[in-house]
Amino acid sequence: MSGAPLLEVTDLVKHFPVKRGLLIDRTIDQIRAVDGVSFTVQAGETLGLVGESGSGKSTLGRAVLQLLEPTSGSVRFEGREIAGLSRRAMRPLRRELQMVFQDPYASLNPRKRVGQIIGEPLRLQNVARGGELRREVQGLLERVGLSPEHYNRFPHEFSGGQRQRIGIARAIALRPKLIVADEPVSALDVSIRAQIVNLLADLQEELGLTYVFVAHDIGIVRHVSDRIAVMHEGKIVEEGPAERVCEQPRDAYTKQLLAAVPIPDPREARARREALGMA
Amino acid sequence: MSGEPLLAVRDLRVGFATEGGRVQAVDGVSFELAPGEVLAIVGESGAGKSVTAQTIIGLTKSGNARIEGSVRLRGTELIDAGDEELRKVRGERVGMVFQDPMTSFNPVYRIGAQIVEAIRAHRDGASKADARERAIELLDSVGIPDAPRRIDAYPHEFSGGMRQRAMIAMALALEPEVLIADEPTTALDVTVQAQILALLERLNRERGLATILITHDLGVVAEVADRVVVMYAGRVIEQGTLDEIFYDPQHPYTWGLLGSLTRMDRERPQRLPQISGAPPSLLDLPQGCSFRPRCPHEFGRCSELPGLDARLAEAPSHLDRCWFSPEDKRERRLVEGEIGLEAPAR
Repeated sequence: MSGAPLLEVTDLVKHFPVKRGLLIDRTIDQIRAVDGVSFTVQAGETLGLVGESGSGKSTLGRAVLQLLEPTSGSVRFEGREIAGLSRRAMRPLRRELQMVFQDPYASLNPRKRVGQIIGEPLRLQNVARGGELRREVQGLLERVGLSPEHYNRFPHEFSGGQRQRIGIARAIALRPKLIVADEPVSALDVSIRAQIVNLLADLQEELGLTYVFVAHDIGIVRHVSDRIAVMHEGKIVEEGPAERVCEQPRDAYTKQLLAAVPIPDPREARARREALGMA
Repeated sequence: MSGEPLLAVRDLRVGFATEGGRVQAVDGVSFELAPGEVLAIVGESGAGKSVTAQTIIGLTKSGNARIEGSVRLRGTELIDAGDEELRKVRGERVGMVFQDPMTSFNPVYRIGAQIVEAIRAHRDGASKADARERAIELLDSVGIPDAPRRIDAYPHEFSGGMRQRAMIAMALALEPEVLIADEPTTALDVTVQAQILALLERLNRERGLATILITHDLGVVAEVADRVVVMYAGRVIEQGTLDEIFYDPQHPYTWGLLGSLTRMDRERPQRLPQISGAPPSLLDLPQGCSFRPRCPHEFGRCSELPGLDARLAEAPSHLDRCWFSPEDKRERRLVEGEIGLEAPAR
């Protein structure tokens, strides 16, 4: 955990203007979605970003990857400033920085075949073409637990869990260094979540990936993360090693969040309710 | 748990005609709800839990639905009840809370006006002023602060948690005997979820309100349920008391789900125990046990559907659909000393 971090975010701010007016838009207010956030991520580790809706965690994930232009602040990837880079300047960096989205139904083009979807980044970056591209994509399909025969199928032919595997195959196609995964399992059935969590862990080990794992479910975040940053109202209110944050939370909001997580064990749930004087 | 059940569902079957063919969304579901009890129906998407709940109050009736079986509310058969009778049952006798309170309220009317209308539609004698008084009482009782003022807010002016509280208030307006809550906290943040669960728990404790809670979340179940029905691909595969289901699960699907949960109160395992595969399509169900293709313990007899039977002499109300003997199950469900499903090699 020493040496220069892979990702270093300093005082990152993303405000959205609130506008009013019929002919001339006047900015009447700002929504401070991300309000001065700093953190670092070392190569090979997983940072969990946990928070509730509106906490700014998804905006932060997108602003880090420059999918949203930050209002101010710095994002350094391998020591290089990427905040505010133009799309063209970002293009070579897209090989290194990828994203896995929440909704595997909305994030895959329904008119394209799975082979095209996964192969697109390889084609755009001129990594492979023709038969080589096909073999590469088929290899990716196998790597994420699908079958090479799925190459010519359409997204609608797959279940939610399989679609998320397709989204993951697309994200790892260019062998990126950093993946921001935004709620990658929250749209999936409970019996499928563990599969995707385990797949992400396997790929991290095989490919040496670094993850920023964004989610509202602190149970999942604790399982996957080396460190956890808790977000609340656009700020990181607490950050530290995963076990420490979950077992000895220091911030009042973190404590509140942890106390609200249901315990899937009737006796312990009862004991906690009694301790809180609820039953 | 003694005496006549409040609600008795017997061999309920709901089939839909779809473009792809006939789908048996609910296939022979039976359970009872006792007065004052919280019954959780657990399952994943396509398990048939919501269709079951909606059918109880006649919301699935349509030209392409075939509904069979029996639903009795204190002895009154609801399956063949007419629309007028069902309208009276909904609201007056069975209250309903849905996942998304934004879509359950009409966005262009004030919250209070909608509750007042619900009261007056069912209580002919109620004056507007009385109904409004009652609506304020209700909103106050579900924990909406400053109810006399907030009653005139529009749905969009409420947060998700407040809308869900208002939805519960409306469901309680006519003092129903049964509350059906379909994923009532799924769209909410976890801190708000805890408040809504505490509210449901309080309503059950203080008013003895019998509740059917439909959810995919076993953590939610452990917090509020007395008994649990586990559904998979349209069938009940296990049912029992809360403790029976969590501490002595008899179906590999149930123990697989329990094993794959992340537990904040335990050490983190290296890998999450997982169930392989995906739930089957209702258009193409496997023969016999529907969980068979995903079950590492599958054997020859599983191609024959096991009945939902009591297999434990000491727990006659604990039912499951798995051929193995209880001794066999207790051995097979242990993976490294914990309840879970051994995943077959990838």
